[in-house]
Amino acid sequence: MAELLIWPALIAYGEAAVAYAGELRGPGRGGRLGTWGVRLGWVAQTGLLVAQALASDGFPWSTWAGALNLFVWLVVGLYLIWGCRPRYRLLGLAVMPVAAGLLLLAWAGGGTGVDTADEPGALLAVHVALMLAGFAGFTVAGGMAALYLWEERRLKRRDARVLRLKLPPLQALDRLAARVAAAGLALLSAGIVVGLATLDRGDVDAAMVVTVGIWALYAAALLLRREAAVGGRRAAWLLLFGLALVAVVLPITHFAS
Amino acid sequence: MKLSLVGVSHHQAPVELRERVALDGPAAAGLARLLARGREAVVLSTCNRTELYLAADGEPSLGPLAVETLLELAGPDGPALEPVLYRLEDESAALHLFRVAAGLDSLIPGEGEILGQVRDAFETGRPGPLLDRLFRTALHAGRRARVETAIGESPASVPAAAAALAQQVFDDLSGRQVVLVGAGKVSELTARNLRSRGAAVVAVANRTPAHGAELAQQIGARSVGLDGIAGELAGADVVVSSTSAPGFVFTVEGIGAALRARRGKPLLLVDLAVPRDVDPALAQIDGCFVYDIDDLEAVVESSLAGRRAEAVRAERVVAAEAERFREWHASLAVVPAIASLRARAEAIRASELARAEGRLDRLPESDRRVVEAVTAQIVNKLLHLPTVRMKEAAVTSEGVVYAEVVRHLFGLGEEEEA
Repeated sequence: MAELLIWPALIAYGEAAVAYAGELRGPGRGGRLGTWGVRLGWVAQTGLLVAQALASDGFPWSTWAGALNLFVWLVVGLYLIWGCRPRYRLLGLAVMPVAAGLLLLAWAGGGTGVDTADEPGALLAVHVALMLAGFAGFTVAGGMAALYLWEERRLKRRDARVLRLKLPPLQALDRLAARVAAAGLALLSAGIVVGLATLDRGDVDAAMVVTVGIWALYAAALLLRREAAVGGRRAAWLLLFGLALVAVVLPITHFAS
Repeated sequence: MKLSLVGVSHHQAPVELRERVALDGPAAAGLARLLARGREAVVLSTCNRTELYLAADGEPSLGPLAVETLLELAGPDGPALEPVLYRLEDESAALHLFRVAAGLDSLIPGEGEILGQVRDAFETGRPGPLLDRLFRTALHAGRRARVETAIGESPASVPAAAAALAQQVFDDLSGRQVVLVGAGKVSELTARNLRSRGAAVVAVANRTPAHGAELAQQIGARSVGLDGIAGELAGADVVVSSTSAPGFVFTVEGIGAALRARRGKPLLLVDLAVPRDVDPALAQIDGCFVYDIDDLEAVVESSLAGRRAEAVRAERVVAAEAERFREWHASLAVVPAIASLRARAEAIRASELARAEGRLDRLPESDRRVVEAVTAQIVNKLLHLPTVRMKEAAVTSEGVVYAEVVRHLFGLGEEEEA
C-alpha cells in the first residue's frame, strides 16, 4: 500500500513544475501553488522512503532506480531550503521538472516499490547516501547556475521585464551556487573516502573514474573562484558542465560497467 | 450616522484649481477643527487631491457644508471648481477612501506616499466613532493591498528603476561604490536613490569642477575631473553618467581594457544622457551591463504595466474591506434599538427584584447572588437571538424595519415620549 505514495509525490512535483511555469506570467498564485506542491510532494516521498526503509533488512536504494528515488528526495529537500522564499521561487523552474522526470524514471525502473532488492552493509549505505547527497548539491548548484545565466542574459539584453519577473539577484545566485557546490563537494569527498574503505583491490570501474573526474572538476572550479576570482558566467558554465557530467556521463559509464 | 465626502482630485481638476484648495498639514488640521463642531471631520490634502470627510448623527447630509467650505477656500475660482467637485456618501465614500489609501486612485498605481498622507490626515483630523473606524479600515486596506499584491513593488521612475537594477545585479547595495559622471538633476536623484538603498557615492566627475564639487560635498563624495574617471572605474560597482558631451564618454577603446581587467566583476553603467555617454558595445564585455535612458524608461513602463495588472487584485482586496465596513456601518442602524431593548429588559429585571426585595431579604447573601445571576442570565439568553438576528438583518436593507418592529413590539421610547 505504501508504494502508492509515489503518486501523490509525482502529481505534486508535476503540479509544482507547471505552477512555476505559470509564475513566468507574473508573480503570485503560481509560485505559491508551486511551493505547496513541492512541500506536499516531498512529504509524500518522505513517507515512501520511510516505508521502504522500514520494510527493508538492509539498504533499499542500492539499485539505480532506488538510488534515483533517494536522489530526487535529496534534490527537492535541498531546493526546499531556498525555494520557499519568494525571490528563489523561480529556481523551481530549473529543479522541479527535472525532479518530476527523474522520479517517474525511478518508478519505471522499479525503485519506488516497498519490496526492492536489499543489499546489506552499513558502510555501503553511508557511501551511497553521501554520494547521492553530493550529486544532489551539484544538481541544485547547476540549477542556480542556469538561473544565473538566464538572468545575466536578460540584463545584458536590457529586457524591459527584468524587474517585473524577478529572479534572484545575479550576485546572490553566484554566491549561493558556489556555496551549494562546495557543500556538494564536501559530501562527495566524504562519500569517496567511505567508498574507498569498501573497495576491493582491482575493482575500479569507469564510473569511479568519472566520479573522481567530477570531483576534480568541482574542486578546480571552487579553487579558481577562490584564488583567481573566476566567478560570474565562467563559474556558472563550469557548474553546468559539471552537472552535465553528473547527469549524462556518469549514468552512461555506470550502466556500461 | 451619515458619512459625506466632497473633494477634488487630479482626475477632473487641473493643478491651477487644485492649488486653490490645497492645504498644508497645519491648515488641514485647522480646517478639520473648524468643521468638527458637533460633527466628525477629517481633511485629506495632498498635491493631487483635497477631500473633506464629514460625519454626524441625525443630520441628513453634510455634503452641502463641505461643498460650501471648498468653494470658500477656492475664493474667486469657486465657480470653476464646483463642476469638478465629487460628492460621495456612505459606502461610496468609504470605497473611495480605501482606493485612495491603496494607491488605486493615484497617478502612479500603488505609490507609497499616499498611505502616510492618509495616516497624517487621520491623526490631525477630528474623527469620531464613524471616521475613526473608516480611516483605520482604510489604512488596513492600504497595507493589505501592498502586502498581498505587488502593486507597490516595482519602480515607477527612472532613478528608482536604475537603483532597482543595481539591486538586481548586486543584491545588497551596502558598501557598493557609485561614481557619478555629470552633475545633472536626474543623476543626482539616481544617486540619492542608490544611497537610500545603502550604496556609497564615492566620486563625482564633472566638466564644471565647481558644480561637481558642490554636489560631491552634498552627498559626501570626492570631486574629480572628467579625466579622472578611468582611475575610479577599478573600484566602482555602478557608474551613473549624464554629461552633455556630444559623443560617447565611455568607449571600448577608452575603458575596455580597464573593464576586462576586472575579470568579470559586475559593473552597471547607467547612461542618462542624450546624446548617450556610454558606447553600447561595452555591454559585450563580461560583467558589464549598460542601460541607457530608453532602456530605463522601458523598464519603468513595464513596471507600471505590472502595477496596473496588480491593481485588479488590489481592487478585490479593497472591495472586501469596503464590504466589511458597509456591514459595520449598516449595523449602526440597529444599535440604538438593541441598546434600548437591553436597557428595557434590565430595567424590568431590576424593578422585579426590587419588588421582591422583602422576601429576598430573608435569603442568605450567597442565595441572593444566585438569584441575581439567574435573572441576568435569563434576560441575556432571551435577548441573545433577537440581538443576533437584528445585527444580521442590519447588513441587508431590512435592518431599519427590524429596528422599528422591535421598538413597536416592546414599546421602546414610549416612556420618554410620555
